[in-house]
Amino acid sequence: MSALSHVPGPTGGTPDVQATDPGTERRGITGYLLMLPGTVWLLLFFLVPLVTLVSSSLYDPSGSLATGYSMTGHVQNYADALSEYGSTFVRSFLYALTATIACLLLGFPLAYAIALKAGRWRNLMLVAVIAPFFTSFLLRTLSWKLLLGDDSWVVNALQALPLVPDDLRLLATPAAVITGLTYNFLPFMVLPLYASLERLDVRLVEAAADLYASPFTAFRLVTVPLAMPGIVAGTLLTFIPAAGDFINSELLGNPRTRMIGNDINDLFQASVLPTASALSVMLMVAIVALVAVYVRRSGTDELV
Amino acid sequence: MSAIRNWLGAHGVMLFGLLVLAYLCTPIVVVVLMSFNDPASRLGYDFDGFTLDNWTSICDPYQMCSSVGKSIQIGLMATGLATLLGSLMAFAMVRHHFRGRSTSNVLIFLPMASPEIVLGSSLLALFVNAGFAGQLGFWTIFIAHVMFCLSFVVITVKARLAGLDPRLEQAAADLYATEWQTFWRVTFPLVVPGIVAAALLSFSLSFDDFIITNLTSGQTVTFPMYVWGAAQRGVPMQVNVIGTIMFVLALSMVVGGSVLRRVREAPARG
Amino acid sequence: MVEQAGGLSGGGADLQIQGVTKRFGDFVAVDDLHLQVPEGAFFALLGASGCGKTTTLRMVAGLERPTAGRILLGGDDITDLKPYRRPVNTVFQSYALFPHLSVEDNVAFGLRRQGKVSKGELRTKVGEMLELVELQQYAARRPAQLSGGQQQRVALARALINRPRVLLLDEPLGALDLKLRRAMQLELKRIQTDVGITFIHVTHDQEEAMTMADTIAVMNAGVIEQMGAPEELYGHPRSTFVANFLGQSNLISGVVKSKQGDEFLTEVLGTTVRASKVTSRDLEGDVWVGVRPEKVILQRPGEGRQEELNRLSGGRVSDVSFVGVSTQYLVRMASGQELMAFEQNTGERRPFAVGDDVDLTWLAEHTFLLDARQDVRAGAELGDGE
Repeated sequence: MSALSHVPGPTGGTPDVQATDPGTERRGITGYLLMLPGTVWLLLFFLVPLVTLVSSSLYDPSGSLATGYSMTGHVQNYADALSEYGSTFVRSFLYALTATIACLLLGFPLAYAIALKAGRWRNLMLVAVIAPFFTSFLLRTLSWKLLLGDDSWVVNALQALPLVPDDLRLLATPAAVITGLTYNFLPFMVLPLYASLERLDVRLVEAAADLYASPFTAFRLVTVPLAMPGIVAGTLLTFIPAAGDFINSELLGNPRTRMIGNDINDLFQASVLPTASALSVMLMVAIVALVAVYVRRSGTDELV
Repeated sequence: MSAIRNWLGAHGVMLFGLLVLAYLCTPIVVVVLMSFNDPASRLGYDFDGFTLDNWTSICDPYQMCSSVGKSIQIGLMATGLATLLGSLMAFAMVRHHFRGRSTSNVLIFLPMASPEIVLGSSLLALFVNAGFAGQLGFWTIFIAHVMFCLSFVVITVKARLAGLDPRLEQAAADLYATEWQTFWRVTFPLVVPGIVAAALLSFSLSFDDFIITNLTSGQTVTFPMYVWGAAQRGVPMQVNVIGTIMFVLALSMVVGGSVLRRVREAPARG
Repeated sequence: MVEQAGGLSGGGADLQIQGVTKRFGDFVAVDDLHLQVPEGAFFALLGASGCGKTTTLRMVAGLERPTAGRILLGGDDITDLKPYRRPVNTVFQSYALFPHLSVEDNVAFGLRRQGKVSKGELRTKVGEMLELVELQQYAARRPAQLSGGQQQRVALARALINRPRVLLLDEPLGALDLKLRRAMQLELKRIQTDVGITFIHVTHDQEEAMTMADTIAVMNAGVIEQMGAPEELYGHPRSTFVANFLGQSNLISGVVKSKQGDEFLTEVLGTTVRASKVTSRDLEGDVWVGVRPEKVILQRPGEGRQEELNRLSGGRVSDVSFVGVSTQYLVRMASGQELMAFEQNTGERRPFAVGDDVDLTWLAEHTFLLDARQDVRAGAELGDGE
């Protein structure tokens, strides 16, 4: 009788020891040999450069490419860089933060629509999300220069709206830089959000509704917590490149919307190695610290 | 009134999502449109009239086509090496036991989590300190591109390998295939899609990179470098032709790939 | 360590597992297992998940190495042989069909690797094998284009074509729905009879094991609890685990009082209950007195007194479940224990209702005795729940 009443799921009886299956993991020297070339490459061209960057940031600031640089442990470089470029730092992080929030606000509904509402249009919509990657980053950003230009249809349409001043300018404003940043990094927000929403079991939301949760409460208490890994991954993937970007501010902004990437890039091009390195190190440290705090607080340590 | 509210409740998210998609895709439309633009002035970046001239004279702007060639060359070479090294690492990480696994994971993850400007500036710092400041160019770009593509290859191939049912390899062994035969008859063919995806990703990352390339290129001009330079002087409309060709190629690869997969695995009735 | 090893004892291609132990770290998956599977048998390893049955199978296949002990096939030691050097093939759980190869190439895989047959011969053999599993017209398809039942048959054909000495089946029907599983059980049995190869079938489904196998070994916590023909295991369980895992049992505390002729006399709830010596282990003192629920006949108090029947009086029906072919009763005894009785709905008499006073009666030959030191609940949740 009891046998009739049970219908094992597709996984039926779990195999006794699938998880600790040692048959798939081989010991011996092969693993090391396979790891070797790639690891060496990363050590030589990622880790060693980072160390060099830190030491370069302590060089005597009077050095130049022509005269050579000397290591004097000049910590003052950091203080100097901070006093001169501190406000740019703050601006960069503010722009990146604003763009990240905008990406989240735009990206969540889009990811939600693709994952849960799109049905057979899902793949098409996903292709549309990654379509921007199919053409050049710079060309797309230049398109915004056209779209936000003083005489563009976007600006004309906005000016026609009530409450919008007729002399509204978008290009060469902070708004344009943030629009560009938001646009450029939006797919990095949508894709991880989609990945976690796609795994969401709709029945959980229905269960919440069944248990007297209003749609908004169900969203807040069920959907958002379950999408948390995607939200964390998406915000990091958006914030980090946005904070270091200088293309958008260069092409869409003005001299007062410069971001820290502009300064680092320009200083390196001008061979002001110590200051440039100090700024770069500070950017890296600031981002690593922010990410660490953020990941810790959102309770998704397993992401990193 | 309530009918409208109900409709919005049911379709509002979708409607908003489509608007966001429009936001994402508008610049692509602009690029395609501008490839047919007949500009009134060299400095202007407005649509002034329709022409096919840009398409028939792609290589007219000085240095543009050679920069595309340079980008393709670097892209292919960097992709080749990064895909090879990254795939080896992915195999090691999924199929082999070795010490220092978590350290390796961090080493692979960090380049992806670092801002490009930091990656580029630290490489430049290294090259300057090593006395290569005068020799920046093709090979330094190549080194940089392999470095930042590597992590993406490892992640992509690893995901494919990890998704591979270990029982398939056991089944091969059970059916008289030696380790070598199992690898070439079962494991490798099944991982190929992951490797191909990794290579395509690498190529597009390399081809499109500006920030890191800008710091390590010296006098060498890649396509993004060319566009950047042109943006200061006035952009020739032919760059949009290149952008459109890139877009069409990439789109047809993605669509073609998924159609191919669907035809192969379609659960035919019966 | 075992003297008769070497395969001289007549068991031509018998599979022998001698003192095999497998540890994963501190966890003992299989504990000093001894087993002999005769050539041509349909042998089932039955147990709940985690009991060590799959590990045992994988060691026979060569996918896992025993920590200790030896595995012999037809007298040859195969313990350390690589999987691809053993004349043993496996039908994997969820099949492990190669997704990038056609059905035909999947089936031909093993013969190609061995490289012993010509191209023409290979073609014929693959054709024959696809015919055996009735999949000729699907030869060019990919596995993903087949239904679950079809995939299952490809997996079977892919293994059988190699004519292994032993075919291992790891929960081969676990992914199929109930109806298909019934059909495949009969199909597998037919194929096994046709080809005459030794089948070792791992399953957690007791009904599946009883339907197909001619010998069942019930495994629990890395050891074999009992081995034998399905009827024997069901009728004469030798441990509380087997009594509970294989079907359901009433186990009542009792004491062996004496032996009389071919029967043991025990005292249960103040009355004498007789157990046949044929069906029961020779035990003394405290025992569990067992009877299967469907062997119990409920009678009104004092009704139908027959000398040869065991009778427990003073029960009261506490629950009645109608399940179509039968009605299942729970009867609460004066001691507070609830006993089960299943009756066929023959319509010969009116069913009992909750609150009716009843006697439980059954034949001495349906009584079995178990060691009272064993856990009375062993295997009960497992047998029911899965």
